[in-house]
Amino acid sequence: MAATQKRIIYRHIDLEGWSADIDCYMKDGGYEVLKSAVARPREELCAEVEKSKIKGRGGAGFPMGMKWKFLDRKSGKPIYLVCNADESEPGTCKDRPLIYQDPHQIIEGIMCASYAVNAAHAFIYIRGEYINGYRILQNAVDEAKAKGFVGKNVCGSDYSCEITICRGGGCYVCGEETGLLSSLAGGRGYPRIKPPYFPAVMGLYDCPTVVNNVESLCWVPQIFKLGGEAVSKIGVPVDPGTHVWGVSGQVQKPGRYEIETGSCKLGEFLYDICGGPLAGRTFKAIIPGGSSMKILKWGEKFNVKRPDGTVEELRVEDIPMDSASFMSCGTAIGSCGMIVMDNTVDMAEALANLNAFYAHESCGQCTPCREGSLWISRITKRICDGWGRKEDIDLLLDIADNICGRTICAHGESVAWPVQSNVGKFREEYLSKIERQDMMGGQARLDNNSYRLI
Amino acid sequence: MEEKLVTVNIDGVDWKVPCGLNVIEACKFAGVEIPHFCYHEYLPVAGSCRLCLVSIGTPARDRATGELIKNDDGSQKIAWMPKPAIACGTKVSEGMHVVTKSELIDDCRKGVLEFLLLNHPLDCPICDKAGECRLQEYATAYGRGESRFIERKNVKPKRREIADGKIILDNERCILCSRCIRISRQLVGRDVFGFTKRGSKNEVAVYPDEPVDSNYILNVVDNCPVGALTEKAFRFKMRTWFLKMTRGISAESSAGVNTWIWSRENVIYRITPRENRQVNDVWMSDSGRYTFGKFQSAERLTTARIDCSESSAEYALTRATEILNLGSVAIVASGYQTLEELFMIRRLADDLKAQTYMVSHLRGSDDGMLVSIDKTPNLRGGFVAGILKEYPKADLAGLAAKVRDGSVKTVLCFHEDLLSLGFDAKDFKRANIIYCGSLDNTCAREAKVALPLPSEFEKSGLWINRQWRLQAFDKAVDSPAGVLNDFDVLCSFGRTASGEDFKTPTLQSVRRAMSAAIKILPENCEVPAEGAVLDASEFSGVDFPETNALHFTKNVQQ
Repeated sequence: MAATQKRIIYRHIDLEGWSADIDCYMKDGGYEVLKSAVARPREELCAEVEKSKIKGRGGAGFPMGMKWKFLDRKSGKPIYLVCNADESEPGTCKDRPLIYQDPHQIIEGIMCASYAVNAAHAFIYIRGEYINGYRILQNAVDEAKAKGFVGKNVCGSDYSCEITICRGGGCYVCGEETGLLSSLAGGRGYPRIKPPYFPAVMGLYDCPTVVNNVESLCWVPQIFKLGGEAVSKIGVPVDPGTHVWGVSGQVQKPGRYEIETGSCKLGEFLYDICGGPLAGRTFKAIIPGGSSMKILKWGEKFNVKRPDGTVEELRVEDIPMDSASFMSCGTAIGSCGMIVMDNTVDMAEALANLNAFYAHESCGQCTPCREGSLWISRITKRICDGWGRKEDIDLLLDIADNICGRTICAHGESVAWPVQSNVGKFREEYLSKIERQDMMGGQARLDNNSYRLI
Repeated sequence: MEEKLVTVNIDGVDWKVPCGLNVIEACKFAGVEIPHFCYHEYLPVAGSCRLCLVSIGTPARDRATGELIKNDDGSQKIAWMPKPAIACGTKVSEGMHVVTKSELIDDCRKGVLEFLLLNHPLDCPICDKAGECRLQEYATAYGRGESRFIERKNVKPKRREIADGKIILDNERCILCSRCIRISRQLVGRDVFGFTKRGSKNEVAVYPDEPVDSNYILNVVDNCPVGALTEKAFRFKMRTWFLKMTRGISAESSAGVNTWIWSRENVIYRITPRENRQVNDVWMSDSGRYTFGKFQSAERLTTARIDCSESSAEYALTRATEILNLGSVAIVASGYQTLEELFMIRRLADDLKAQTYMVSHLRGSDDGMLVSIDKTPNLRGGFVAGILKEYPKADLAGLAAKVRDGSVKTVLCFHEDLLSLGFDAKDFKRANIIYCGSLDNTCAREAKVALPLPSEFEKSGLWINRQWRLQAFDKAVDSPAGVLNDFDVLCSFGRTASGEDFKTPTLQSVRRAMSAAIKILPENCEVPAEGAVLDASEFSGVDFPETNALHFTKNVQQ
């Protein structure tokens, strides 16, 4: 079976004659879901979301219905809804087209979700670099407000909710939900410790807050329209719906592809939809999620436990495209920003690039990530500059182990996982690179300024 | 009030600890040290240093029914957290298990300390914090012992003068624990410090050229775990391990801030706050740290004088006693004196049939924290000793009038400067003025007899602060040569006045006699570490000027 796309969230993207204005969106049945939703009881809507079993699309894959359920509704404080549009993971580019081409779908999603959780105010925290995206969204919010879909008495109901758009300051960690809330509240974008700062209890301005990704919020109108039951039947039961994969790197046709979960295997996806490797090359490695997820080596085999207890050997190209399958292979789909590398890629260089990014983006709040990320980055840079030592390989792994799981937010894992998987799976390549450098002596070595990412 | 207790298992031993503690405090309760940098008992939790990681588990419960799950052998099954958790940010709960000693936790601590030392200059020999540096202590106790770091260290600004020139900031030594940020938020009430830059380049910074204008900013120095913030006045003056610590009480105001006095060879080098959760928590004012300076300067009175010329102390004492025996005596006591001295003055006044006076020292205003408007440490001691019945006036105009009409012929004055309290130079001719004090003021220079007495750092005693809290302090340094002892002076006056029965007492014997004579004092005046609050109901009619402040509510018996 050849893999095919199924566009639900991306139904309007790159459509001939489609524009971002509200008339175009309304011609396609836009805001009809919101109109009917505000007439329905909130408990019913929340129950629909829970029934859909849709997982959050931001990277952690936490079930959205559960997140809403954890909201502290008895505190008497206002509830806030925040749309996380701070898409800045390397490799991830799925939200950008939605913001630029279909902003009203996001706004309808936000308003549907806001009504369902009874949010007092909704915020969109958009990545600072999406300057035009901010303008487009602001324009769309103004249009929706003029038509009565946002603001006072949404669609004629007694529910009122404004949307405020906030631009990020250009920091990766502000995409982490508690870091985002600190930043949104006007503070430094430092992630907060949990407990006590669970967003559902002590979020924005210490009030209960829902933080959902752009794509997750776009699912809300779909769930209200089709019903939670129907949505849960799209794709595989453990991870229903579709995923928008943003494929970059060395494939024939990089781009964004929306497919039903589990509808094809990784190999089929790469060859049928993405067109396979570039001419004359072979795949070498794939990072399935955003760049922080563990790398997969092409040709790797996994022993995957089936539900009935039997163990099955699975090749990389046979991994079904859903979150649970990737999880059982020791990695995760994250935010579906797939990075493909072929045989021309030097893994040490690729890792040095990632490490430089993560060292640069560490917020500097907690010790292991702050100091460890820069140390790792300096070691990999040194290896690339020709000054590697054999003991550096184990040192890298040990530093990564000292960071992983010991930090405030998941940035620690983002630093550690690429190192652990990359160095672990391509150990021989690192060793031979270092040996070659030793043999070539000075010729292989570069000065300290050859690598300018940091 | 009975505190609710919960059972917590720490390293295999069950402990009953008060509910609401965090794991660091619970472990402290159990005598187990958990190393930490950013956590501070009196500040909000930051959870950023990650040194206090421990393994934490809670009793396993069935998800559906909520029932406890047992192991096969019948013991309670423990659901361990998948990752080590910060002890500072975790509150204890019933049945919680904590492991602080394991390979994993050792590894965590080694890892964090190695990370902290990567970009930290290893120049302890020239760092002024050495000896009281938490990083140094923990690196020795829990660290790896050697570095695997061969890269270049980060370079950050050094030796920056900040906080109106009171503090030196060395960013390279900073471990970014954010204590100074939280302290300034709490004590100064605004952000004095803040973080700039990102990641490993992160720096603590202050607003350039903006005055801090706070009397509490030096508390960040006491609580900086490393040598990033050092006090300019103390920096490089003395290694801390040479200094002797004595418990003191700040004489700055009636707040009665508990202090440590750091001295060596009878020289005081600095004063830092001492924890008392009923009085000053762990804070003190900046101004209170420099009160020792005047006693180590030319202002100090170290020689006795008769008729403005130097004399031997013995002769001056004899001369003063003779004058006192002439009668018509008035005694001016001071709020800087200890309760013991005030008690003895009361008895001396009875013997000499003398009138007693005290003056108030009200300056500035209450700052709502730890400096009150009353700048004496023991004015309430005057009430307890029976010298005062109502709040004293700011001057001695009444006494001066009596000197002028001749009804008072001799004034025995302790520590106060009469010339600034309504006396003029002619009054010094009209009456015999005997000055006993530690400072060489105009009164000492003009008096008939001047006797040098010890400062508050040179004696032990009791003071009563604005909360009516009786607090003890100890002698930190010896007096300079020539300075007399308070008790000797008072007894010498008294012995001649009332015969031999006024024997030279010891501190203990005065306290015994005092507690026997004054009902509200504890037995033998024994005071616990946090001080003893006295029953001041008999003074409830007196209007004290102090207003509400930290741990102090006006007109409310604490």
